[in-house]
Amino acid sequence: MAIEILMPALSPTMEEGTLAKWLVKEGDTVQSGDILAEIETDKATMEFEAVDDGIIGRILVPEGSEGVKVNTPIAVLLEDGEDASAVPAPASSAAAQTVAPAEQSQTTTRPTEPAVVPATAAPAPTPDWPDGTEMNEQSVREALRDAMAEEMRRDEHVYLMGEEVAQYQGAYKVSQGLLEEFGDRRVIDTPITEQGFTGVGIGSSFTGLRPIIEFMTFNFAMQAIDQIINSAAKTLYMSGGQLNVPVVFRGTNGAAARVGAQHSQDYAAWYAQIPGLKVAMPYSAADAKGLLKTAIRDPNPVVFLENEMLYGRSFEVPALDDFTIPFGKARIWREGQDVTLVSFGIGMQYALEAADKLAEEGISAEVIDLRTLRPMDTGAVVRSVMKTNRCVTVEEGWPVCSIGNHISAVLMQQAFDYLDAPVINCTGKDVPMPYAANLEKLALVTTEEVIEAVKSVTYK
Amino acid sequence: MAARKNSKKTTVSGEELLKYYREMLLIRRFEEKAGQLYGMGLIGGFCHLYIGQEAVVVGLEAAAEDGDERITSYRDHGHMLACGMDPKGVMAELAGRATGYSKGKGGSMHMFSREKNFYGGNGIVGAQVPLGTGMAFANKYLENGRVSFTYFGDGAANQGQVYESFNMAELWQLPVVYVIENNQYAMGTALRRASSTPELYTRGEAFNIPGEAVDGMDVLAVKRAGEKAVAHCRAGKGPYILEMKTYRYRGHSMSDPAKYRSRDEVQKMREEHDPIDHIRSLILKGKHATEEDLKAVDKDVKAIVNEAAEFARTSPEPAPEELYKDIYAEA
Repeated sequence: MAIEILMPALSPTMEEGTLAKWLVKEGDTVQSGDILAEIETDKATMEFEAVDDGIIGRILVPEGSEGVKVNTPIAVLLEDGEDASAVPAPASSAAAQTVAPAEQSQTTTRPTEPAVVPATAAPAPTPDWPDGTEMNEQSVREALRDAMAEEMRRDEHVYLMGEEVAQYQGAYKVSQGLLEEFGDRRVIDTPITEQGFTGVGIGSSFTGLRPIIEFMTFNFAMQAIDQIINSAAKTLYMSGGQLNVPVVFRGTNGAAARVGAQHSQDYAAWYAQIPGLKVAMPYSAADAKGLLKTAIRDPNPVVFLENEMLYGRSFEVPALDDFTIPFGKARIWREGQDVTLVSFGIGMQYALEAADKLAEEGISAEVIDLRTLRPMDTGAVVRSVMKTNRCVTVEEGWPVCSIGNHISAVLMQQAFDYLDAPVINCTGKDVPMPYAANLEKLALVTTEEVIEAVKSVTYK
Repeated sequence: MAARKNSKKTTVSGEELLKYYREMLLIRRFEEKAGQLYGMGLIGGFCHLYIGQEAVVVGLEAAAEDGDERITSYRDHGHMLACGMDPKGVMAELAGRATGYSKGKGGSMHMFSREKNFYGGNGIVGAQVPLGTGMAFANKYLENGRVSFTYFGDGAANQGQVYESFNMAELWQLPVVYVIENNQYAMGTALRRASSTPELYTRGEAFNIPGEAVDGMDVLAVKRAGEKAVAHCRAGKGPYILEMKTYRYRGHSMSDPAKYRSRDEVQKMREEHDPIDHIRSLILKGKHATEEDLKAVDKDVKAIVNEAAEFARTSPEPAPEELYKDIYAEA
């Protein structure tokens, strides 16, 4: 019987890809293990193998097709003796999945998310660039790469070190092209020894270099957390101001999708607690770029928390030669009167979605992106709450000793008389991340929870 | 003073011998004074004395060149004095005074000197080994010809990050001399009770890093080994391991009751292997100096140490506003 070959999911977060090239043609006999096609995701180009013996009866999706959704039939495999004419014509739904390159949408969203997030954010009321600046559409991934490349061009002492950053082009393709431009002296693949290479990076900064240390994910940085805190964060103080440590620790943080408990933790609150560290956790591509450039130039150790789910998402980025964003300055994404939503990183996705839906119900939410957690622009939050009198915080991390807890405490001390309701912290649930799709969805913070919290504090 | 006629035998001049004698004696007397000040409550917290191990740092400093870096653990006073840091600043730091190397904010275990390329003073066992390897990484990156002296003890020699560092140092051919100061006790645990293989100099074999055991109580043997290791590094051949067989006379820290070894064992080392007695007898036998000359050196050294102690005692504590300074460098 004819078998449909489906577009494969090649990573935990892949939803669609480009069918770059067919390596077989109709009528070819293939064996299990033969390479059928090359498929390009936003992270990598992968070879796709046959899992059955047979004859390629029909190719349903031509090479060069972009935005082919996972599980779309892309070819039909016939058993020996079957006739290609027996194969039904491609279903129209499959054909519709193949879109022309120009129409390709760069949007990727969490598979478990019910709503589609707009690819491009609304113009910010508090921009970090002059009015009328030309803007380019760019993914967070590209913005991070450009930030590193620009800073490496600017300063010979900046180098990138980490697992798979060079020849592999980055486990998440963030360092794509850097090896080619800067060579293996400045783009360095390390062994899988986080504690060791983190210490090596920090040590190299003692004597003049400015390393960017990439952790494939911050989960693995736990192996190196002694070096980050004891050797990087405390050294300036311990040396009476003699020895600063200009290192950027960056990589993905927080939950991806279906990767289980050991690969799905948000470290924002952990690092935000440490004097001597600076901590950035951007949401948009413009912030990712501007903040990473600031981080690389900063003379202090900076923990830069990225999110895999955001890498492929596109935003407007100012087309400026040298564009930086200062630390410690929150961004107000939308102005509102009834409630202040405070978030950062991927939490912004829920905050902004909730604000959209609340607006439909006549509730006007002000949405603040903290952008950096140390220093933290609590002043912006206090000022906003003095206007709205209500606050809901949103983050993916755990609830105990969370960033939201800290914001709540600051508001209690500095805006007690302005609060008309207790502050609610929307957080990830107090559990290790489960694997099962339904449980994972329950463990994460959701837009619905944010909406419910807002209704609770506004007594609606 | 320096009797040239003897230099044929030793290949070391009397002048050099006297220099090493003076440097080792400075460390010994400084540490004795630190122990005394600790007893008086002027120094607090942890205080790890270097007495007995003086030949290691003095011998290796004799093999180092200007610009070379050094980094070590928390038993660090000897390293600081040997690389030329001011005894006054070190003692003031021990006492937690504003005039100390870290303005009183680091203490015994955390002192640094950019000027002397001394990078601590690190309190987490083994953590300085990747850091020292990183300094060697920078040396190679910057092509400055410098060598990183990365010291650690026999206790740290079992730390995982030491082997992560060995791997990268050899993989990338980094100019780092790993100096294992094997004083035979990791706090109170004897080497044989903690190490499956007690020959620590062989610990780099799996990575193809050459290593050798050295009599760490003999400053000249240390210097020779250091020169060989440094030449290896500067020739671009990667890291080198030196296991210094040495001994500490005092406890791990000031609060160590030393139940894990006998008084006789310590006494025997003091009497038969003391590094300062050794060089003293070389000087006298070689007639490089007289007893009187050496007494004069002792007197000088004592004066330096007393001055350091007085400086520490009379220096002010850091101002309260120092509490919030030096957390971030200005961007």
